[in-house]
Amino acid sequence: MKEFKVTDHILVPKHEVLSKEEKIELLKKLNISEKQLPKIFDSDPVVKEIGAKIGNVIKITRNSPVAGKSIYYRIVIKSE
Amino acid sequence: MYKRIAAINFGLLSPKVIKKMATVEITRYDLYDKDGYPVEGGVMDPRLGVVDPGLRCRVCGGGVGTCLGHFGYLELARPVIHVSHVKTIYKILRSTCEKCGRVLETPEELKKSDNPLYDLYVAKKTKCPHCGAKQRKIKLQKPYTFTIDDKPLTPLEIREWFERIPDEDLKLLNIKGGRPEWLIITLLPIPPVTVRPSITLETGERSEDDLTHKLVDIVRINQRLKDNISIGAPDFIIDDLWELLQYHVATYFDNNLSGVPQARHRSGRALRTLAQRLKGKEGRFRNNLSGKRVNFSSRTVISPDPMISINEVGVPEVVAKELTVPIKVNKRNISFLKSIIKKGPNAIDGANYVIRPDGRKKKITEENKNEIAEEIDIGYSVERHLKDGDIVVFNRQPSLHRMSMMAHKVRLTPWRTFTLNLCVCAPYNADFDGDEMNLHVPQTEEAQTEAKRLMLVENHIRSPRFGGPLIGCIQDHISGNYLLTKKETKIKKEDAIQILQNIGIEADVTRDLTGKELFSYLLPKDLNMEFKSNACIGCEKCDKEKCPYDYYVVIRNGELKNGVIDSKAIGREKGLIVDLIEKKYGSSKAREFLDRVSKLGINFLSRHGFTIGLSDVEVPAEAKRKIKKAVEESERECGILIKNYEKGEVKQIPGQTIKESLETHILKTLRKVLDKASDIIEENIKENCAVVMAKSGARGSMLNLTQLAGCIGQQTTQGERINRGYKMRTLPHFKRGELSPDAHGFVPSSFKDGLNPFEFFFNAMNGREGLMDKSLRTRKSGYMERRLVNALQDLKVEYDGTVRDDRGVIVQFTPGEDKIDPSKSEWGGINIDRIIEDEMGKGA
Repeated sequence: MKEFKVTDHILVPKHEVLSKEEKIELLKKLNISEKQLPKIFDSDPVVKEIGAKIGNVIKITRNSPVAGKSIYYRIVIKSE
Repeated sequence: MYKRIAAINFGLLSPKVIKKMATVEITRYDLYDKDGYPVEGGVMDPRLGVVDPGLRCRVCGGGVGTCLGHFGYLELARPVIHVSHVKTIYKILRSTCEKCGRVLETPEELKKSDNPLYDLYVAKKTKCPHCGAKQRKIKLQKPYTFTIDDKPLTPLEIREWFERIPDEDLKLLNIKGGRPEWLIITLLPIPPVTVRPSITLETGERSEDDLTHKLVDIVRINQRLKDNISIGAPDFIIDDLWELLQYHVATYFDNNLSGVPQARHRSGRALRTLAQRLKGKEGRFRNNLSGKRVNFSSRTVISPDPMISINEVGVPEVVAKELTVPIKVNKRNISFLKSIIKKGPNAIDGANYVIRPDGRKKKITEENKNEIAEEIDIGYSVERHLKDGDIVVFNRQPSLHRMSMMAHKVRLTPWRTFTLNLCVCAPYNADFDGDEMNLHVPQTEEAQTEAKRLMLVENHIRSPRFGGPLIGCIQDHISGNYLLTKKETKIKKEDAIQILQNIGIEADVTRDLTGKELFSYLLPKDLNMEFKSNACIGCEKCDKEKCPYDYYVVIRNGELKNGVIDSKAIGREKGLIVDLIEKKYGSSKAREFLDRVSKLGINFLSRHGFTIGLSDVEVPAEAKRKIKKAVEESERECGILIKNYEKGEVKQIPGQTIKESLETHILKTLRKVLDKASDIIEENIKENCAVVMAKSGARGSMLNLTQLAGCIGQQTTQGERINRGYKMRTLPHFKRGELSPDAHGFVPSSFKDGLNPFEFFFNAMNGREGLMDKSLRTRKSGYMERRLVNALQDLKVEYDGTVRDDRGVIVQFTPGEDKIDPSKSEWGGINIDRIIEDEMGKGA
């Protein structure tokens, strides 16, 4: 089978790993602990591809039909 | 001081604990002796608690209310399995060694796993890594029998097996809250009588609770088993009794086990045992804990009242005398409250109760009303009758969205039904064919204010579903305004004065008015807008103000200059004027406009006269001929298509078989006839009441009229021509395999001309499918709604603009991704052009 990158697919939005400082800043801004962030498994194909590790926060920039662009954050957790 | 719960621990009761909590050992299966007193050691032992008023508990000395009851216990002759735990028992059996009781895996391996019990259950080992014993195959025969290598494994053996499992291994298996052998019941706790009270019937007979019946069965079988064991009865008798005991204990917990016959009452009714008490819609959770019965509420039939505001609800005086609002007595209102009390409980605007400062309630009667009026002082509360202007919450089930419960202002009526304005039928989905609605009275000032600010009808004119007005004019309101605002309509001076008076506008009218001028009285003086009306036929080039049909609406400085007012202007889900007024002047003004415009429509219509009849669907013979020609033409086309098909020359549509392509082609041809017929009817029909309704969007459509006057068209089931019925044909009157339009549900007749039997049958098929779809859809969507509500009920937009659940976990970083509340938006967005125009003036 032909190999391909999932991030190349048009339906997969832009995923970026936040740096440690950015992560701390985000948590501080929202006044939350890591547990309160939405989660994503480390086994997720995109997570594997961009090389995010457990505990990293991923910034997802989605195209939204109502807002044009919307930003979402998810924290990488261990898969079951 | 209240006791504070520090933690809750779920686990199993050990036999030791069961014995410790118990006050009685149950040994006898009879309930009462021959004098009717409960037997000591029986299931109704008096030491299990008190249910009869007046008696004292022998254990704790409490009375009915204060003594919560006490547990007893029953020593089972042989242990049985707890049905609710069979799965866990099975998993433990598969995960441990049958000989040494150790876990069938090395601790190192297990530590890697998140759910060792499950992993071991899936990967069944055949050899114990600790003692090397071979593991036999264990099977669970639903619902509660275990076998080992196809030989039965008794609860006694299972219990011994579990006792061998060391505590350290339980930790490895993630088993917390008790020892596994406690999953096998040796001591059965007997619940206090307070949870299974017996009822004394009028005849003096006692009727016992279902649980008591079940417990008696258990105790009786247990006794027989015990006796048989002690006399050394043969094994098969003991096994049979043991099995029976297992059955009774199992159904005591859950009487709805698959594969087990239900335990029944003497009358044949299935017993309601422990699981049934908790489960489902009628169970403890959904019926008694999530939802409760309420006071200060009322329910009756509803009827319409076009003269009250949409903010109001008509409440019958008889209802108002039952529903009360508590008012605290203070310096300022004491004389007023005294006067109310003096009116008594039977007068309108009276009072029913006073509450003394110590919290005791006293009923006001005709006899003591003057006495009580003298008694009250600051610190008292008076429960006064509902009166005009009180805030109440009005609701119609099913409560599918937030507009199903809105706050209204009370308006007392002398009749016996709740009345509501016709414009609020839409959000409640109410009609008056016998619908009933509920009314709730908020009891505190805080609740009343909250209801008024957040729930009042006028605050819900704009729907959060699509950001437009959900509440708007309907039916006659629209017909009336349409006829009123037509170019040729003139209103006599006297009529205009009277109409304006009726809708609550004071104005000096000095001359005869046009309909448009009269309508303009309702508009705010600085309103400007332009739009195409509902009746607009969509010409290729729009002449705007100079529209020859007067279908282009222009409002300049609150004057209706051009165009007719119809559903596009004031109707629900469209109403552009309502929409703009709500946005520009606020919901209060929008409510006022709606109240007036609906009254205006009705007032004008009742002067003008409005009716429909058979003559409304009459068309000239010329038009009928044209339709007939169009039908024949398309039938001919279909004939050609069918001939081509037989010759094998059909244009095949990608993704469809040749037969399917043919069907699609035929369906398309026949659909076209209906459009053509619709055009012919529209051209030829006189403008009468039915047409007015269709054009203005008040009720019905041009298609409805076409079907009445011209041609019904193709009937379908599941989007296809009718293809079912007999072998190769729809009805036995057709040739087998016939493909012609007639044979597959094409109806060329109109409802007015009448249908022949075949046509009627096809039409009935079509109609039945619609009916079926509707009922299935409501059921499906009701369940979907329930699941959605359960999943989303705790979500909340926090002050920092994030959406979080009850644990504080973020679900969305920006609500709805765009931070727009659709119920405060314009059709789901923000209309910047409008705002700029408003602020800077036109052309900026």
